[in-house]
Amino acid sequence: MTSRMPIGVLSLALLAALGWAVLSLPLRPAGLTAASLAKLPESGVTNPVTAVLLNYRGYDTLLEIGVLLLAIVAVWSLRRGEWPASHLHDRPLLMPLLRVVLPVLLLAAGYLLWIGAFAPGGAFQGGALLGGAIVLVMLGGLARRALAFERLLRAGLVLGVIVFAAVCAVTMLLTGGLLQFPAGTGGTWIMVIESAALVSIGLTLGLLYFGGRPNAHHA
Amino acid sequence: MPDADYRIYALAGMALFAIGFYSMLVQAHLLRRIMALNVMGSGVFLVYIALGAQTPGPIPDPVPHAMVLTGIVVSVCATGLALALVDRAQAAASEVEPGDDA
Repeated sequence: MTSRMPIGVLSLALLAALGWAVLSLPLRPAGLTAASLAKLPESGVTNPVTAVLLNYRGYDTLLEIGVLLLAIVAVWSLRRGEWPASHLHDRPLLMPLLRVVLPVLLLAAGYLLWIGAFAPGGAFQGGALLGGAIVLVMLGGLARRALAFERLLRAGLVLGVIVFAAVCAVTMLLTGGLLQFPAGTGGTWIMVIESAALVSIGLTLGLLYFGGRPNAHHA
Repeated sequence: MPDADYRIYALAGMALFAIGFYSMLVQAHLLRRIMALNVMGSGVFLVYIALGAQTPGPIPDPVPHAMVLTGIVVSVCATGLALALVDRAQAAASEVEPGDDA
């Protein structure tokens, strides 16, 4: 292919420009570490990443959960979901594995949600585990009846956005600022948001694997 | 290691970005292009994390970490949406096969 050559040259030029951009940055940028740590006692959590996600820059996370909802709504609008072709009796080890792994995944998701306030963890990590658990359940063909409860699934998918928006509204009434939590209560609001976000993130990731809206005959 | 230089990881991330950029333009198959886009995204995440580690202080800058955490979930969802779009595009393309009366 002769057309690859100019594209290769272009890519190398891009790499050179990007590399120059990074190497010309200050070696030790001040960053926002000091600012993040200075306000940490007021944020309601002791994990600075969680403080950034849900307190300092909470609107980023609000919009991001909106993006997740948008993605799953678009996928559901585009096509109907399909079951993986496998059946449990073709995979004799899957069921015993699921019996062990699923409870551990759910427990670990809850643990990550809780520990996110103090250490690396939170709704995203927990949601990823929850999504993985849902994918495993689908691989085992176990969730066929669960998908009949489409309204419940829809409620779970929008839960994160609705709770987050409700917290925005309530805290705005209390303090007058967007996502400005009343002093001393940040930890509680963050846990409320993250719990709802965990459910929505896990469901969104899991149902994206299903690849479309549930069908009546899936039940 | 507060004084270590992590810029080599940022350069590796940019190499990933350039490789993904090349693949996205060269590859014709849409699935490969989606994978290329993901490689580019991973490169961006690596740049953010590496530059976040360059800041002085007891811990890396938490702001890039939070942005990457958000970005990973968004990129997974964008990939899911892209796959659904590819499937629809292929279904639509197969409806108007060349040779059909049109």
